[in-house]
Amino acid sequence: MSLSLDEVRHIAKLARLELAAGDAEATQAKLNGIFGLIEEMQAVDTDGVEPMSHPQELAQRLRDDAVSETDRRAAFQAVAPQTEAGLYLVPKVIE
Amino acid sequence: MIESSLKDIAAALRDKKVSAVELATESLSRIEAGNARINAFVTIDRDGALAAAKAADERLAAGSAGPLTGIPLAHKDVFCTEGVLTTCGSKMLSNFVSPYNAHVVSLLKAAGAVMVGKTNMDEFAMGSSNENSHFGPTRNPWNTDKVPGGSSGGSAAAVAARMVPIATGTDTGGSIRQPASLCGITGIKPTYGRVSRYGMIAYASSLDQGGAFGYSAEDCAVLLSSMAGHDPRDSTSLEQGAEDFGRDLAKPLAGLRIGLPKEFFAEGMSDDVRAAVDAAIAEYRKLGATTVEVSLPNARLAIPAYYVIAPAEASSNLSRFDGVRYGHRAADYGDLNDMYCKSRAEGFGGEVKRRILVGTYVLSHGYYDAYYIKAQKLRRLIANDFAAAFQQCDVIAGPVSPTVAFGIGEKSDDPVQMYLSDIYTIAVNLAGLPGLSHPAGFGVGGLPVGLQLIGNYFGEARLLNTAHQYQQHTDWHTRVPASL
Repeated sequence: MSLSLDEVRHIAKLARLELAAGDAEATQAKLNGIFGLIEEMQAVDTDGVEPMSHPQELAQRLRDDAVSETDRRAAFQAVAPQTEAGLYLVPKVIE
Repeated sequence: MIESSLKDIAAALRDKKVSAVELATESLSRIEAGNARINAFVTIDRDGALAAAKAADERLAAGSAGPLTGIPLAHKDVFCTEGVLTTCGSKMLSNFVSPYNAHVVSLLKAAGAVMVGKTNMDEFAMGSSNENSHFGPTRNPWNTDKVPGGSSGGSAAAVAARMVPIATGTDTGGSIRQPASLCGITGIKPTYGRVSRYGMIAYASSLDQGGAFGYSAEDCAVLLSSMAGHDPRDSTSLEQGAEDFGRDLAKPLAGLRIGLPKEFFAEGMSDDVRAAVDAAIAEYRKLGATTVEVSLPNARLAIPAYYVIAPAEASSNLSRFDGVRYGHRAADYGDLNDMYCKSRAEGFGGEVKRRILVGTYVLSHGYYDAYYIKAQKLRRLIANDFAAAFQQCDVIAGPVSPTVAFGIGEKSDDPVQMYLSDIYTIAVNLAGLPGLSHPAGFGVGGLPVGLQLIGNYFGEARLLNTAHQYQQHTDWHTRVPASL
């Protein structure tokens, strides 16, 4: 399998990663090297094998619906690029 | 004093032969003297360390000290430390002063360990050489033209250079065992779920596991015992209480059955690594262990399966870095989408971007079954192989890395070659088993070679016992780089 340049640009868009104009070809070559490695797994017959999502097959725990955290908004927003009046600022999305 | 075993340091602290402040000062001056050469630390926390050491001395005086009280320690920069820069080796987090502590950090703080700083790492723990750090590569203390391994290369190099006696790390595909091997120290990755992932910046959540570095298995047992235990804030934390992983250290090895996977010994290992591994196995036989050939027929598929599962989980985990709540935001952008795309393009390095792209592709519509589900099926086959092998043996032994430390720059432009350096370690993460690396001699260029021991689920005490008995009869783990 190999990715076309358009496919590389498409997944970069899905991943919200700007691809500089000159970078697409180099990225394509390296990704295709990686997919070459990954393709080895297609040769194995895995019919009837149950997928393993996790090392331990545990059920998700439930916790009591009780308040466990305190309000630390100021501490958390201190590391944000831009805030105002307790809100995160981003470019306008609704005119 | 920093070069001594934890047991000896703790005894000296108890007997007032040294104070925690003196120890912290010794560690800090070693770091300040050596870091320009090794680049093991991203952050040195002199003030925090001296304050913690003072508190440790008070605890020692009050008689309420534990085995780690007053011991200098370094955290891999993947662990969030409240009030201290936490970068994960990335430009994305180069300004991130964490507002909270990782569970591991809280536990070790409560134990009285003295954090002296945060260690360098491959960006977001993606790499096998520490060359993917935004803060420049860490250098191997045995030869500064060589890599220390990765992704916990800073922690491994800091311990190898005797800057600190112990350090934390994380291991997603070999990131504790491989740098331990390449730097000539001992490192253990426990069973998946032993160590809480709370506050450990996520790479591949179903594989990421915290663990310990030290000069010896005995020291690793002390550190790991203080790191592990159930944490309700990590949804995959095992519901098991704290354990003394050093409880079996003194057990003789007579009757121990060591499995040798024929696939690990078939090809790929360089001659010098093979010679050291064979000699270590011969030593184990002398100590009363027996060996049996086992087979892991699907282990060769571990790398392809890993490079689907880990990037898939990474692409999801790293979507949180959007330049809104924390981390890097681009200076110039148009609309919101442009802000996301530019902030992420500027904040992430090349390897991180590649893995995000691979993960995005394998999870995208129409490819999910062919890649992600297929990789999870292979993961099952790999875990089944280990289960079958453990019917015939108590621990599995083999190489950690196919070669000794390679040169800085040697593989950095070829991702696939870099990935292959984890060929013996990745299967262990996919299965979720505990694994350990201990020094087993030297290879080409006088560089360290490690031996990997793999245990069954919850077999950490057995692994540490095995390595400790070896270390009682050999002195590889006491060797230090000539530059020290």
